[in-house]
Amino acid sequence: MKSSLKRIRIFAAKVLSTTRAALQEVFDEAAYSRFLNRAGIASSSEAYAAFRREFEEAKMRRPKCC
Amino acid sequence: MNRTLAFLGWVGVAVLGAAAVGAIAIHRGEPINALWLVAAASCCYALGYRFYSKFIATRILALDGLRATPAERLENGRDFLVTNKWVVFGHHFAAIAGPGPLVGPVLAAQFGYLPGTMWVLAGAVFAGCVQDFVILLFSVRRDGKSLTEMAKNEVGRVGGFIAYVAVIAILIILLGVVALIVVNALKASPWATFTIAMTMPIALMMGIYLRRIRPGKVLEVSTLGFVLVLAAIWGGQYVSQNVALAKLFTFSAPTLAILIMVYGFAASALPVWMLLAPRDYLSTFVKLGTIGLLAVGIVALHPTLHMPALTRFVDGSGPVFAGKIFPFAFITIACGAISGFHALISSGTTPKMIARETETRMVGYGAMVAESAVAIMAIIAACVMQPGLYFAINSPAGIVGQTPEATAATISSWGFPLTAASMQSLAHAVGEQTLFNRTGGAPAFAVGMAHIFSHSLGGERLMALWYHFAIMFEALFILTILDAGTRVARFMVQDALGHVYQPLGRTSWYPSILATSGLIVGAWGYFLWQGVKDPLGGINSLWPLFGIANQLLATVALCVATTIIIKMHRARYAAVTLVPLAWLIAVTFTASWHKMFDPSPRVGFLAQARVLAAGPIPMTSATARVIFNNRLDAAVTGVLVVMVTLVLVESARQWIGILTGAREERVKESAFVRTRFAEEEG
Repeated sequence: MKSSLKRIRIFAAKVLSTTRAALQEVFDEAAYSRFLNRAGIASSSEAYAAFRREFEEAKMRRPKCC
Repeated sequence: MNRTLAFLGWVGVAVLGAAAVGAIAIHRGEPINALWLVAAASCCYALGYRFYSKFIATRILALDGLRATPAERLENGRDFLVTNKWVVFGHHFAAIAGPGPLVGPVLAAQFGYLPGTMWVLAGAVFAGCVQDFVILLFSVRRDGKSLTEMAKNEVGRVGGFIAYVAVIAILIILLGVVALIVVNALKASPWATFTIAMTMPIALMMGIYLRRIRPGKVLEVSTLGFVLVLAAIWGGQYVSQNVALAKLFTFSAPTLAILIMVYGFAASALPVWMLLAPRDYLSTFVKLGTIGLLAVGIVALHPTLHMPALTRFVDGSGPVFAGKIFPFAFITIACGAISGFHALISSGTTPKMIARETETRMVGYGAMVAESAVAIMAIIAACVMQPGLYFAINSPAGIVGQTPEATAATISSWGFPLTAASMQSLAHAVGEQTLFNRTGGAPAFAVGMAHIFSHSLGGERLMALWYHFAIMFEALFILTILDAGTRVARFMVQDALGHVYQPLGRTSWYPSILATSGLIVGAWGYFLWQGVKDPLGGINSLWPLFGIANQLLATVALCVATTIIIKMHRARYAAVTLVPLAWLIAVTFTASWHKMFDPSPRVGFLAQARVLAAGPIPMTSATARVIFNNRLDAAVTGVLVVMVTLVLVESARQWIGILTGAREERVKESAFVRTRFAEEEG
C-alpha cells in the first residue's frame, strides 16, 4: 500500500514537472533560460531585450497553423 | 498472462469502438448523447495509434532509435535542441491547433453530426495523422529540412516551386477567411469589440511587465493577463448596456474590415513586439486552457445532440454553404481530419527538437490525434443547439430572409422549428442584440460552448459571460494568426524577391518591409473585403476556397511522402500514403471543378458571375465587383489545381521511373550517425 502511494506520488510529480517544462517551452521561458546560459549573463531588463532581438526574427518566421 | 490481458483489453476497446461508431451511424430519430461521439473517437484514436501508427513506424519507416537526430548532431542551443518528447508534443500541438478544427466542423454540421464525425475520425487516423508523422520523420532524417526543400530534392524543382507558391496562396486565402470570421463575430457587438480592444492595453501592460518588472516570466504574466481579460469580459456587459459607450464600440462589418487590415499592416511592418509578443502568449494561454476546459465540460455535462445525424442539406442546398456532401463536407473540415498546413509545422521547428527517431510517432501521429479530438468537440458544440437556432445563426440574410419573422418562417419550413421570439430570447441570454446571420462559424461555436459551460459551471445566468469568453477566445486566437501569418508570408515574399533584387531580401530594409507588408495585407485584405461585401455572407465562397487550397497542400505533402517511401524500397507499403492521396485528389479536384463550373450560381463561381452579368442594365458598380470577384475566385482555384497537377505528374514520373528501373532509387537523407544516448543507456 505504502509503495503504491509512493509510486503514485512519483508519477504525479513527473507529470507536473513535464507539464511545467512543456509550458515553459511553449511560452519561450526555456528559450530565454538557454539564452542566459549561452551568454553567461543573469536575467535583467537588458538581457531580456537582447534575447528578444535575437529571438524575434526566428520566431516570426515560424508558421502557425490554421 | 500480461499479453493475454493486453489482448483482451484491446479486444474490449475494439468492441466498444465498433458499438459506438455503429450507434452514431445507425441511430435515427431521437437525439443521442454526446458521449457516444466521445467513446467512438477515443476508441478509434487508441486503436489507430496503437496498431496503425506502430505498423507504419516498424514496417515502413523502420524508426531507428540508434540514429542521431539533427537536434543531437546539430545542437546549437537555439533552434536545434534535444528536448523531452512530451515537451515537443506540447510545443507541436500548440503550433498546429488553430481556429480550423473549431470553425470547419461547425460549418459542416449543416449536413448533420454524422458526416463530420465520420470524416474527422477516418480522416485523422488514416490520413492526417499519417501525413504529420511521415513528414516529421522524413524531415528529421534530412536535418530538419522544410517541405518545400524536400519537395525540391526528392520530387524535382517543379515540386519545390509549386509547394512554395501553394504555401503563399494558402496563407493569403486563410488570412482573408479568418479575418472575415472575426469581422462577423464582432460586427454590431459592443461587448465583444470592447473585450478584444481591451486585449491591447492588457498586452502592452504585459510587455512592460516582461521587459521591466520580471524579465522573461511569461507564464506568470500570461496568468495575470488572463485574469485581466476575464475582468474585461465581465466589464463588457456594462459597456453594452451604456448607450454612449455601446455606440463607441459598435462597428459595421466594412469598418471592422478596414481596422483589421490596418492592424495587420502595422503588426507586420512596425517593431511592435511589446504588443504582439504578449498577445501571442495570452492567446496561446487562453487557447490551451479553453480546449482543456471544453473537454472537461463535455464529459461532465455529456449533453444531448439535437442536430439530426443527417439533414436534408446533404443534397447540396444548404444555407450555410452550398454544395453536396461529397466533396464539400471533406473540403469544409480540413484541420480536424487532414491539413496540408501541418506539413509545414512537421518540417519546421518540431524536427529540430526531436531527441530520438522513435519519438516522431508520438509527436507527429499523437499531436494530430489531439487536434482531431478538438474537432470532435467543435462538432458537439455545434450540435447541442436546436437545429433551428444553428441555421438562424449561420445562414446569410440573402438565403433565409431579411427580417426575423421571415428567417424563422424559412427555417421552420425546412422542418427545424424556430420562432423570432426564441432567437430574441437566445440573443438576450448571451447579451447580444441579435444572433441572426452571424455567419462564419465562430458565433455558433460560441453559443454551443456557452451552452456547455453554463450547464457545467455557473448556470444560465453566466451564459452571456461564457458566450463572450468564447468570442474573445476565438477572436484573440485569429488576430494572433493574422499578425503571425502576415509576417511569415512577408518573409517568404522577401526571400523570393531577394533573388530578383538583393536589397528586397533584406528583412531589415524598411522600403522592402513596407512594400511586402502592403502586398500581403492588400492580397488577404482583398479577399476579406470581397467576403464583407458578398450578399451571401462571404463564407459560402471563401471557406471552400481555403479548404481546397489547404487540402491541395496536403496533396503535395503526400506526393513527397509517397516518393520517399518508394525510394526507400517500401513500394509495397506505399498505399499508406497513396490511398489518402488518391482520396484527396478525388475530393479537391471534384470540389474545384464544382466551384469553377457548377451550373448552380450558389455553387459555381462562373455560374454566379453569368447570372449577375445577365441582370438588369446598367449594372451597378457593386454588381460589377461581385462578377469580377467570382471570376477571380474561379481563376485562383484553377491556378491551384493546375499547379498541383504538375506536382502529381512530376511525382508519378518519379514513381514509374523508379519502379521500372529507369531511375536511380536514392533518398537524400543525412548520413547515419550513432546517437550518444545509446552509449549512455548502455
